[in-house]
Amino acid sequence: MLGGGGGAPKERRHPNSAGAATRRLGVGGRGLVIAVPYFWLLLFFLAPFLIVLKISFAEFQVGVPPYTPLVEWVDDQYLQIRMSFASYFYLFGDELYVAAYFNSLKIAFFSTLFALLLGYPMAYGIARADKSIRNLLLLAVVLPFWTSFLIRVYAWIGILKNNGLLNNFLMWAGVINEPLEILNTEMAVYIGIVYAYLPFMILPLYSTLEKMDMSLLEAAMDLGCRPWKAFLKVTLPLSMPGIVAGCMLVFIPAVGEFVIPDLLGGADTLMIGKVLWAEFFNNRDWPAASAVAVAMLVFLVVPIMLFQSYQARQEAKAKEQG
Amino acid sequence: MTNRSPFLISALAFGFAFLYVPILLLIVFSFNESKLVTVWGGFSFKWYGELFQDEQLLGAAKVSLLIAAMSATLATLLGTMAGLIMARFGRFKGRTLFSGMITAPMVMPEVITGLAILLMFVVLEELTGWPDGRGITTITIAHTTFAMAYVTIVIQSRLSQMDDSVEEAAMDLGARPLKVFFLITLPIIAPALVSGWLLAFTLSLDDLVTTSFAAGPSSSTLPMVVFSSVRLGVTPKINALATILVVLATMAIVVAGYIMHRQEQQRKRAMQRALAEQDAM
Repeated sequence: MLGGGGGAPKERRHPNSAGAATRRLGVGGRGLVIAVPYFWLLLFFLAPFLIVLKISFAEFQVGVPPYTPLVEWVDDQYLQIRMSFASYFYLFGDELYVAAYFNSLKIAFFSTLFALLLGYPMAYGIARADKSIRNLLLLAVVLPFWTSFLIRVYAWIGILKNNGLLNNFLMWAGVINEPLEILNTEMAVYIGIVYAYLPFMILPLYSTLEKMDMSLLEAAMDLGCRPWKAFLKVTLPLSMPGIVAGCMLVFIPAVGEFVIPDLLGGADTLMIGKVLWAEFFNNRDWPAASAVAVAMLVFLVVPIMLFQSYQARQEAKAKEQG
Repeated sequence: MTNRSPFLISALAFGFAFLYVPILLLIVFSFNESKLVTVWGGFSFKWYGELFQDEQLLGAAKVSLLIAAMSATLATLLGTMAGLIMARFGRFKGRTLFSGMITAPMVMPEVITGLAILLMFVVLEELTGWPDGRGITTITIAHTTFAMAYVTIVIQSRLSQMDDSVEEAAMDLGARPLKVFFLITLPIIAPALVSGWLLAFTLSLDDLVTTSFAAGPSSSTLPMVVFSSVRLGVTPKINALATILVVLATMAIVVAGYIMHRQEQQRKRAMQRALAEQDAM
C-alpha cells in the first residue's frame, strides 16, 4: 500500500528532472521518506473517518464507550454484525438537523457574498496602489490573521451587545433611541464571519488583480468603453479565478463554523457545526454526532472537493490552451 | 477606474477600519479602570495585574505554548517530507490518496476532524492501551495532523519555484541524495521552513475546536479557558490578554518580515556576485 520504490521505473518518464535526485535515493531511503508522513496521515487522518463511519451505525448506550459494538461474538461461536440506522433515521426525521444544514448553507452563502462585495474593491485598491505602500497594505490585511481568532470574535461581543459600544455610540449620536438588537441574531453571525475571513477573500483576489494586464483596460477605454462597462467586460471576467478561490476559502470554513455562531449567534442561530458540538458535548450521543459528521461529509465536503478538482482541471486545460 | 478613484479609497478606508477598529477598541478597554468593558472609567493597569495572578490562565498559556512548539516542530518535519514527496518524487503507488490526504484537512470542517481524531484515540486506547487518557499528547498529535497540511503546501510551493538545476549539478558531481538535501535543498528552502513552522505554531496556539475534542479533563489550553470565560460574559481581563497576544503577534511578524527581507537581499547579492564573477571569467 505504501508502495515505496515500486513505481520507480515509471518515473523515468516524469518530466521533472530533479526526479533524478530522488531516484538515486534508492528504494530504501525514498520509501522511508514516503512511508513516515503516509503512515501518519493514514493513522490520524484517514482511519479516524472510518471509525466515525462505523460509530454512526452503532446505537447510543449508557456506558463507556457510549455506543454499542458493531461486531460481537455471540456465545463465542458466531460473529454478529449489528448495524443500526437509528441515528440516520433520527437525523433525517428531525426537522432540526435539516433546518440546521440549510441554515448553514444560507449563512455561509451570504457571508461569502458580503465578504466578496467588501473584499473586491479592497483588493482592487491595493493592487492599484503605489508599489511603495502595496506591501504595507497587504501586511495590514494579513496581520489580523496572526492574532487569535477567538479573541477577534470576542471583540465583537463588546461592540454589538445591547449596551455595547455600537449602540452607545448610535444613541449618543442621536441616530437611534433604543438599542438595536444585533448580538445573538444571525446579523451578528454575518458580521463575525465576514470579519474573520475577509483576509482569505482579499489575498487571492489581489494576486489575480495584480497580475492583470492594464493595457487591456486601456484598450477598452480607447475604443470608447465606459469605465464601469470596461470593469464588467474586462476586469471582472479576468479576475474570475481569484473570485472563485476567495469564495471557496470563505465559504468552506464558514459552513462548518462553530465558534462564531456559538459566541455571536445566541441560542436561536442554527448551524450544523453547533449541532454536532451539542450532540457530542452536551448530549454525549456519539453515534448521533458521528451520523451528523458523515452527513456533513457526504452533503458538504464531497461536493466541495469535487468542485475543486473540477476547477483544477479547468485551470490546467486553460493553461494548456493558453 | 483610475489610481486614485474616491470609491476605491473609501472602500479601503472602510475595510481597514472594519478590520482594525474592533482590535483597537479591545486594546483601549484593556486599560479601563471600570469592570464594565463598554464604559470608560479612567486609565488603569489593574486588569494586567489580575491577569498575571490568574493561575488557571497562566497554566493554560504554558500548556498551549508547549503544545504549539511541539506540534509545530513535528508538523514542519512531516510537512517538509510531504512537500518533498509532492514536489520532487514524481509518481508512486498511492500518490493520489496521499495528495488527497494532504489537501483534505483544509476543506474539512473542524468539528468533523476533531470528532474523528477523538474517536480514533478512544478506539486505539481500547485496542492497545495507548494513549492512556487524553491530554497534551493527544492534542499535539491532532494539531500536528492539521498543521502538517499547511506546512506541506508552503514547502511544496517553495520547492516548485526553486531552480532544481543546482540539485542536479550536485548529483552529477557525485553527491549522495541525503547530502544534496542537507547541503543544497534545505538551505534554499529554509525561509519556507521558518514560515511553515510559524504558521503551524500560530494555528496550534489558536485552535479551539479540534483541541476541545482531543483534550482530556485535566489539560486545558489557553483558547479553551478563554472560550469558557467568554461564554460567561465579557471581562476586561480577557481584553488585557488579547492586548498582549496582539502585541506579541505584531512583534513576531515585524521581526520575521525583517529577517526574511534581509535574507532575500543577501541571496540576491550573492547571486549578483556569482553572476559578476562568471562574467569576469
